[in-house]
Amino acid sequence: MAVKQETLQPASELQAVRPDGMSKSGAKRIGDLFTHLILATGSIVMVGPFAWMLSSSFKTQYEIYKFPPTLIPESIQWINYLVVFEQTALGRYVGNSMFVSLSVTLGVLLTSSLAGYSFARINFPGRDKIFLMYLGTMMIPGAILLIPSFVLMRTFNWIDTYYALIVPGVVSAWGTFLMRQFMMSIPRELEDAAYIDGATRLRIYWTVILPVSKPVIATLAIFTFMGVWNELLWPVIILRSPEKFTLPMGLAKFQSRFPNRTPWHLIMAASTLSVLPILFLFMAGQKYYVQGIVTTGLKG
Amino acid sequence: MTVSAQVPAPSQPVAATPPRPRWSEMSGLARREAIEGYLFLLPNIIAFFVFLAGPMLAAVYFAFTNYDLTWPPRFTFLENFQVMFNNDLFWQVFGQTFYWAFGMVPATIVLALGLAMMINREMRGVLTYRLVYFIPHVTLSVAASIVWLWVYHPDVGFLNLLLSYVGIDGPQWLLNRRTAMPSLILMGWWKSIGFAMLIFLAGLQGIPAELYEAAVMDGANPRQRFWAITVPMLSPAIFFVMVTSIIGAFQGFDVFYLMTRGGPANATTTMVLHIYNNGFLYLKMGFASAMAMVLFATIMLFTLGQWLYARNWVHGFAD
Repeated sequence: MAVKQETLQPASELQAVRPDGMSKSGAKRIGDLFTHLILATGSIVMVGPFAWMLSSSFKTQYEIYKFPPTLIPESIQWINYLVVFEQTALGRYVGNSMFVSLSVTLGVLLTSSLAGYSFARINFPGRDKIFLMYLGTMMIPGAILLIPSFVLMRTFNWIDTYYALIVPGVVSAWGTFLMRQFMMSIPRELEDAAYIDGATRLRIYWTVILPVSKPVIATLAIFTFMGVWNELLWPVIILRSPEKFTLPMGLAKFQSRFPNRTPWHLIMAASTLSVLPILFLFMAGQKYYVQGIVTTGLKG
Repeated sequence: MTVSAQVPAPSQPVAATPPRPRWSEMSGLARREAIEGYLFLLPNIIAFFVFLAGPMLAAVYFAFTNYDLTWPPRFTFLENFQVMFNNDLFWQVFGQTFYWAFGMVPATIVLALGLAMMINREMRGVLTYRLVYFIPHVTLSVAASIVWLWVYHPDVGFLNLLLSYVGIDGPQWLLNRRTAMPSLILMGWWKSIGFAMLIFLAGLQGIPAELYEAAVMDGANPRQRFWAITVPMLSPAIFFVMVTSIIGAFQGFDVFYLMTRGGPANATTTMVLHIYNNGFLYLKMGFASAMAMVLFATIMLFTLGQWLYARNWVHGFAD
């Protein structure tokens, strides 16, 4: 499961010096055992709900309500997944979410890299002041913009359209900050050579800066995609037609559609399917994700 | 965002270029460059005015009006605030928002710090642990809510099943006014602990080992080392997590909307859900905006307070 990580180097020196006379390896071994015990117990709590979700998604409805419950299904019901796809619009919701998330992500990458480059490398009056002010906007809680933003979308006639989900989302102060921090560390010599050849600013941005910025682009892409994929409040306010619903909305609707006997086995199959893409994305890009958190949390 | 760097990272100067001249003193070439600079910022500048500054001003205006979307906003001055402050439900919701935020944040920080220190050891499996503890944070809140709804289900739920094994007749969790909020907070810990842990882990790895070695030489015991080295060196990271988590917690919406709809008897209605209900269900846009202003002021006060107090405990807190 663990993806290889260069950023993680445990500080082991704590155990290296032991003035208490106890043998170094012995003390460490007991400590490790104890730590493992606590961490493993905690891990069960953390993955327990997922394990249960996965196991239930393969059960029959009868087995779900069986007492005491089984962790391993008596017989694997692959058909649950088929039923979910055939009898619900899950596939459609996934497609909708994919479209919205990818559009926003591409937009954010473009606008943030342009702005980040400008703040990092181009000289213009008031640059650093504008940058600081722009950073300040990150402190504005999104919840207070809910109503005026909705009214704005209404005047644009964007209610129940994807414009409302995509257009306001394609700029990001945080993304601009991330890009600027990275681009300031790119050696100037790289650009200078292109300048001498007479390249334009836009050309340098596209052929010199962007290619070397791949790590930060990956970081921003993962964060943005996951953020939009998980977003619930804004789509709930904007979208009306069920066929336009994003995955979180569709799943929430799916959950509340059965008032009496809830088909937990199907709901769990749908939930499993909704978690998989994001989990896969996270595991594949874990390194970049962690880098993004470290940049904001510790160097900001 | 001015949490100063504690990690000896490659330093990034704030102003890498010499002071820029005034527009009138600039050469043609410099002007050309400046125009390019603004052009690169154009999408962000437009979006700033259209989607941020504009709505901000509108939000303030709406707060002083009566607005139902059908008729244009009617200016009512302080009426919304008068109604709000005389409304028991508002104060209940306000208090519950604090209950949620302070049930979530301090415990998450303490748990995450302990977790990060345990994981920050040279032993097998640390990467797996880190992944496992982080997974809930990246999970769709809807999927997480569905699973936890089931965990808390009074009859077939996992929690009451466990309790039944030790002979306890478990409560109705989300259906009981007293247990509903604590149940959501417990789930909140599960969901948010990984994020704080990841930041603390990165911070711990930036603490120079020599500090611990010197302390051991001086005969400091583990507890002294924790308070004298770990906490001060980690304080910028703790501060960052604290500020962002409080801001986030005050704006919590997903779990309340998905799991309880604010019930039972409004026992889990918090500010943003209340704003959503008033604005989008009852179409009281003006009243909801006024409430949003109160939420904004609350968040700003807390952030400012933490900022002012930070110089007393955050290591290297400059401004």
